[in-house]
Amino acid sequence: MNKIVSKEYFSANVIKFEVEAPLIARSRKAGHFVMVKVGAKGERIPLTIADANILKGTITLVVQKMGVSSSKLCALNEGDYITDLVGPLGKATHIENFGTVICACGGVGTAPMLPIVAALKEAGNKVITVLAARSKDLIILEEQMKKLADEVIVMTDDGSYGNKGLVTNGVEKVINREKVDLCVTIGPAIMMKFVSLLTKKYDVPTLASLNTIMVDGTGMCGACRVSVGGKTKFVCVDGPEFDAHLVDFDEMLMRLGGYRDIEREEMEKLKCASGAF
Amino acid sequence: MNITEERAQQWRVDLRNAMKAKERTGIPRVHMPELDPQYRSHTLFEEVNLGLTPEMAMQEAKRCLDCANPTCMQGCPVGIYIPKFVKQVETGDFLAAARTLKETSALPAVCGRVCPQEKQCEAQCIHTKMNKDAVGIGNLERFVADYERESGNISVPETAPANGIKIAVVGSGPAGLSFAGDMAKLGYDVTVFEALHEIGGVLKYGIPEFRLPNAIVDVEINNLKAIGVKFINNCIVGKTITIDDLKADGFKGVFVGSGAGLPRFMNIKGENLVGIMSSNEYLTRVNLMDASSENSDTPVFLGKKVAVIGGGNTAMDSVRTARRLGAERAMIVYRRSEEEMPARLEEVKHAKEEGIEFMTLRNPIDFKGNVQGRVVQMTLQVMELGEPDASGRRSPVEVPGKTETIEVDEVIISVGVSPNPLIPQSVTGLEVTKWGTIVVNNDTMQTDIPMIFAGGDIVRGGATVILAMGDGRKAAASMHEWLSK
Ligand SMILES: Cc1cc2nc3c(=O)[nH]c(=O)nc-3n(C[C@H](O)[C@H](O)[C@H](O)COP(=O)(O)OP(=O)(O)OC[C@H]3O[C@@H](n4cnc5c(N)ncnc54)[C@H](O)[C@@H]3O)c2cc1C
Ligand SMILES: Cc1cc2nc3c(=O)[nH]c(=O)nc-3n(C[C@H](O)[C@H](O)[C@H](O)COP(=O)(O)OP(=O)(O)OC[C@H]3O[C@@H](n4cnc5c(N)ncnc54)[C@H](O)[C@@H]3O)c2cc1C
Ligand code: SF4
Ligand code: SF4
Ligand code: FES
Repeated sequence: MNKIVSKEYFSANVIKFEVEAPLIARSRKAGHFVMVKVGAKGERIPLTIADANILKGTITLVVQKMGVSSSKLCALNEGDYITDLVGPLGKATHIENFGTVICACGGVGTAPMLPIVAALKEAGNKVITVLAARSKDLIILEEQMKKLADEVIVMTDDGSYGNKGLVTNGVEKVINREKVDLCVTIGPAIMMKFVSLLTKKYDVPTLASLNTIMVDGTGMCGACRVSVGGKTKFVCVDGPEFDAHLVDFDEMLMRLGGYRDIEREEMEKLKCASGAF
Repeated sequence: MNITEERAQQWRVDLRNAMKAKERTGIPRVHMPELDPQYRSHTLFEEVNLGLTPEMAMQEAKRCLDCANPTCMQGCPVGIYIPKFVKQVETGDFLAAARTLKETSALPAVCGRVCPQEKQCEAQCIHTKMNKDAVGIGNLERFVADYERESGNISVPETAPANGIKIAVVGSGPAGLSFAGDMAKLGYDVTVFEALHEIGGVLKYGIPEFRLPNAIVDVEINNLKAIGVKFINNCIVGKTITIDDLKADGFKGVFVGSGAGLPRFMNIKGENLVGIMSSNEYLTRVNLMDASSENSDTPVFLGKKVAVIGGGNTAMDSVRTARRLGAERAMIVYRRSEEEMPARLEEVKHAKEEGIEFMTLRNPIDFKGNVQGRVVQMTLQVMELGEPDASGRRSPVEVPGKTETIEVDEVIISVGVSPNPLIPQSVTGLEVTKWGTIVVNNDTMQTDIPMIFAGGDIVRGGATVILAMGDGRKAAASMHEWLSK
């Protein structure tokens, strides 16, 4: 049981929690995640550790409401307890001074990008964040990003905010403008796929942080498996970051869709139960 | 008292003389009552075996000859004093029988249910040499442990006065639990760290309730709590805390019972299609996350045409679970013949009664999916048996050009597990084999790092509950000796 010590809304659907977890606060590094379960019959879901405070013994999670499990978590308040929380999991991001780094993120990937941007900056990199969403109201964490990165380029599909275009348009503009040593991308698999195709064209080494479906998060089940360079890897223990140019994104997209119908039913049930319908 | 002296005790002599050996061997083996196959193939939680009544147990105990040379004991990896407890059952002193079991076994209610008895104790019973059914040692063991538990008279083991020495246990499977129990009895201050949110290891997340009810495992865990063992769940040693952290916290010894939790795949075409998963994933969803219940947030596929690849206990558990969750066709695909199957005989028998199809001498070579990437078909290579291999089993060889295609909508891969790499990866200097198992001194279970002992599947690869339990007990005895030096 881990106590929530603070809750803050970044937007209606994106919430920052500070949670008591002294041991994890001490051992975590950028790129690590935790598995969180809310309620006795809750699902175990992966969430990146966005930040940690060793003195207070807390970790920070930034959660975007997606389906049943993230909604149940977001319904908790300051003083409530998270039933189960375990970590830190995964391999930490390999951080060094690469030079100039583009961090391309969108949707659910913006939150987990925060600690990576922070760590890259601390190692002396020039960091340019490309922040993308379908439209203005879906852009999240822009302020937080601006505090960390050297430059933040906002892209919206419909042009309602920032520059009109896809995340790839933003990335390409930077690559054409200056020498880029590394690209890191986190977001919907389809977005990472296209970022990866683009950077491959320009020969820019790229890391993608994969958000596959997970069950245990400790290497026990294989639900999170992906093909990387023709080999099967477990995202929770071998990743979550991989050389994007070697990842089979089409297979990953196919596997992500696996439970979509069941999840939708569950969400309908939750809406009915909460009286939203 | 050694076993010859015990056997010479008057009550044993009298009991032996009360009935002729010939009469005893003439009694047919008592059949364990079980749920109707038709009914049970639709109920996930009800235990299949219903247990013996006291009368049945006493009748079965009569069959035992109380041999001067009880070969059955050589078949038991922990050397349970079989004739003694069986004769105590014959006299109706079930609680005394329970105490006998507990001299050697930490988990009799569990082992009585899941031991592959027909390959261990019962295989060595004198009856089998006379072509008769072995004494039902496993069934009696289960009866005695259940009787004690249900009587409410569980004997709380005597514990030595607390010595204040802190001991850490990594993993709460049978190896960790039995180690923890023995150390607590010796007066140590024992803390068990478990990575998952539930305590019990494979006993909880792997073996389904229809074979081993969780309530039974919980009783054992509560008994350990009663003698002072502390449990910390959601804590991964090597990640959340390191062995160095434990040392700094004053822990003087560590026992690693982290199991063989890494699933193996076959690396064949189409294996990553939607609907294909490891048995660990399938059983974890259903057992640990209770995914098939209405109120669980974790989803699970409810396949109608389910193929399970493999022939071990894990495969049987998966296929019988799939059947219970509504599979119209639930199939075992195994590359050798039924004779070579590693699963317990009883599981195979129960599976057949429940309508599981056995496709033996078949090996999958690829899977095909539909446009959404969902598995719809598998290709099986037909095999035949060739020469015996290193394990003494006849190895399967392909029959050239002979394949079959079968429609499926869910495939569960159950071709074995590898040791959990977390601890070996996070402890520098710990010696491991090329298979990733931890190297220990077989007599003491001590690793090359003196304060770290290990046992169970992390040392043996995928093995059995009783071997894991035996390792835990052995490690406790030798760690105690090492710390007392
Ligand atoms: C290593 C890792 C780190 C993560 N870090 C964070 C984080 O810091 N903050 C955060 O908000 N989320 C993070 N995620 C994603 C988060 O785990 C999922 O959003 C969550 O599991 C969704 O669960 P749910 O039950 O609420 O939604 P579901 O009911 O499972 O899903 C609702 C909808 O979202 C889609 N979906 C589900 N999971 C994902 C996913 N991983 N990526 C894209 N779409 C998905 C589904 O297809 C479905 O349409 C991370 C994922 C991984 C693997
Ligand atoms: C489905 C299935 C059916 C089986 N059926 C039978 C049967 O009928 N009869 C039989 O004899 N055997 C059976 N077995 C095998 C038997 O269950 C195992 O041999 C036995 O459980 C091994 O015990 P263990 O204590 O070594 O490990 P486990 O039971 O695997 O327990 C290890 C525990 O350690 C935890 N852990 C791992 N790493 C860490 C870490 N770093 N920090 C903290 N915790 C950690 C794991 O989460 C797990 O809970 C079956 C196995 C399976 C999977
Ligand atoms: S523990 Fe297993 S092998 Fe030993 S006597 Fe009991 S059932 Fe037989
Ligand atoms: S070998 Fe069989 S008959 Fe003899 S003591 Fe053992 S169980 Fe009894
Ligand atoms: S989530 Fe189970 S192995 Fe990665």
